[in-house]
Amino acid sequence: MFGFDILFPSLLNGLTTGAVYALIALGLTLIYGVLHIINFAHGAALMVALYAVYLLKVNWGVDPYLALPIVVPGMFALGYVLQRAVINRASHGKDENILLVTLGLSIVLENLALIVFKSDTRTIETAYTLATVQIGPAFIAVPKLVAFAGALLCAGVLMAIVARTDLGRAIRAVAREKHGARLMGIDVDHVYAMSFGIGLACLGAAACFLLPTYYVNPQVGSGFVLVAFTIVVLGGMGSFAGALVGGLLIGVVESLGGLVLGESLGQIGIFGIFILVLLFRPQGLFGARA
Amino acid sequence: MSNRRTFIQQSAAAASALAFPLVGGAQPKAVKVGILHPVTGALAYSGAQCRAGALMAVEDINKSGIKALGGAKFEVVLGDAQSNPQAGAAEIEKMNEAGCAAVVGAYASSICLATTQAAAKHNLPHVVDVGVADQIVERGLKNTFRFGPGYRTCAQVAVNNLHVLNTLAGKPAKTVMIVHEESLFGTGTAGLLARELPGFGFEVKEVIKHANPTRDFNNIVLRMKAVNADIVIPANYYNEYVLLLRTMQQQQVRPKAIYSVLGGAASSYKFVKEFPEAADGIIDCNHWFNPKDKRSAALRKRTEAQDIFYSYEVFNTYTAVRLLADAVERAKSADRAAIIAALETSTFSDHFLPYGRTKFVNGQNQGAQPLMTQVVKNDIRVIVPSDYREVDPVFPLRS
Repeated sequence: MFGFDILFPSLLNGLTTGAVYALIALGLTLIYGVLHIINFAHGAALMVALYAVYLLKVNWGVDPYLALPIVVPGMFALGYVLQRAVINRASHGKDENILLVTLGLSIVLENLALIVFKSDTRTIETAYTLATVQIGPAFIAVPKLVAFAGALLCAGVLMAIVARTDLGRAIRAVAREKHGARLMGIDVDHVYAMSFGIGLACLGAAACFLLPTYYVNPQVGSGFVLVAFTIVVLGGMGSFAGALVGGLLIGVVESLGGLVLGESLGQIGIFGIFILVLLFRPQGLFGARA
Repeated sequence: MSNRRTFIQQSAAAASALAFPLVGGAQPKAVKVGILHPVTGALAYSGAQCRAGALMAVEDINKSGIKALGGAKFEVVLGDAQSNPQAGAAEIEKMNEAGCAAVVGAYASSICLATTQAAAKHNLPHVVDVGVADQIVERGLKNTFRFGPGYRTCAQVAVNNLHVLNTLAGKPAKTVMIVHEESLFGTGTAGLLARELPGFGFEVKEVIKHANPTRDFNNIVLRMKAVNADIVIPANYYNEYVLLLRTMQQQQVRPKAIYSVLGGAASSYKFVKEFPEAADGIIDCNHWFNPKDKRSAALRKRTEAQDIFYSYEVFNTYTAVRLLADAVERAKSADRAAIIAALETSTFSDHFLPYGRTKFVNGQNQGAQPLMTQVVKNDIRVIVPSDYREVDPVFPLRS
């Protein structure tokens, strides 16, 4: 059995990884909560954001963290335009169409990346890429700690927006009753686009936190999107607190499961919890009963 | 009237010449060759590297064409195995329909296993460029030919040399940990190593399997810390290899040696350039070229001019396509059975890999061997065998 000097670093590692998962899942759950669509293009959008961070660093020397004020609004704008100009128009108001449109978008984005960047795996080097902080017996990579804090901050900001602003109230109103919201004078199309934009902005932040210790290639999003979907269902579809807690939980379970059972078998823990939640709390940990 | 007729006749002739340029001229019929690799999906980087090597070979071959066929050129039919065996097999069906005379591919062992089987149904010659799993050439498929070494040969060479290096250094290393990817290549290589190493006095403390892609290697490195093995042996693809090594650096895990067997990044100029500190001192038993052959340096220069790193995928597939061209030349035909017969008796030696004259037995090139390399001063140099040695090995890296 492993001692504290191994289990503790594994736990911290799970929390820091889980925070990034949560950030990716937050965007997904917002898009689901309001638009009621499963965004298959989420992984591809993460890939776009990672390439943006990469290009900013390589071409203009912009540090990934300093790229936040560029990439986050950029991804927001991309999401807003995509929703208004492509998804909304092509879907003709049908959910099953939206599903296919996002799937199509993911294929287009991935193949565009393949044409532009080739299949090459790209990484960036920063002064802190390999820097670590010692917490007890654990060496935690500095970028992972920053990602952890950043993810919690982003989740807090997102929750505050939804809970306290007019936009948040509009989002909640549209999520609950679209037609009623429209009758109350809310511009539903605008709220849809804002929600999609914010969802992708979360990915922009995730990309800035992720790239210092990770890589980007045209397929990179697929590694995260399945786990993000799992978190969204686990936490409760449309629940921000659920996405945050679900992300951290999945991160820890994956980490400890991997440590004890091995990397391949360790994934069993994630899906074991997933099945238990579906059996005994199908609305998810924080989801409201329909 | 006559002018109009002449005009119509000339226009018709010109149009048909444009539409069917080969009909009017005396050009020989092109030989269709399938180039099949995983250029999308998890293995896309390696697949694209292979394709680049194949296309450079076709470019060279087409300069003079196949002389025995009147200068016939290779016409490439590109295929994407999408990093999974089923898609690879489906591409073979398409290549068969397209009338390909032969196929070169398909990089990953698991994909090669499926594509060679699918090609066998159509008696379609299949030259395996990388795929190291020995099952590929052990199923009695008459159409399958592997130019490079299999993982059994690689594992044996690696274990023998590790024993020699360790003995010469006074046996500082006693324990080993193996980290491998989960598909046929990694699992098979790790299994062979785990079986062979105890016979040479090494205790295999742990064998860890991981998925492709693996997002985080911290757990594996923590287990590494717990096990505290003298030598770490990675056997995985590029992305995971890089993440593993970076995490080891972060977690300050420094074994006495990192001794890769078919390590995805260990013999990669890209890795050495981007992560010189992590790459320093790594030993690898892998596909490699004869460093003393100037043709290899020329191909490297040409590859890098295209902004592509000169990796084993590039030169292995380049040579595999050249091997096929040699077989078509000797077969004097694009007939599949004739090409298979020519490959069976191939003595191809116009290459720069350390294999000598080609001799296939049951589809396996008997002279194929890996070389041992070590990263020294930001370059990859051959350390074993002595015939190809560029620098003396440094073992152990740390006492």
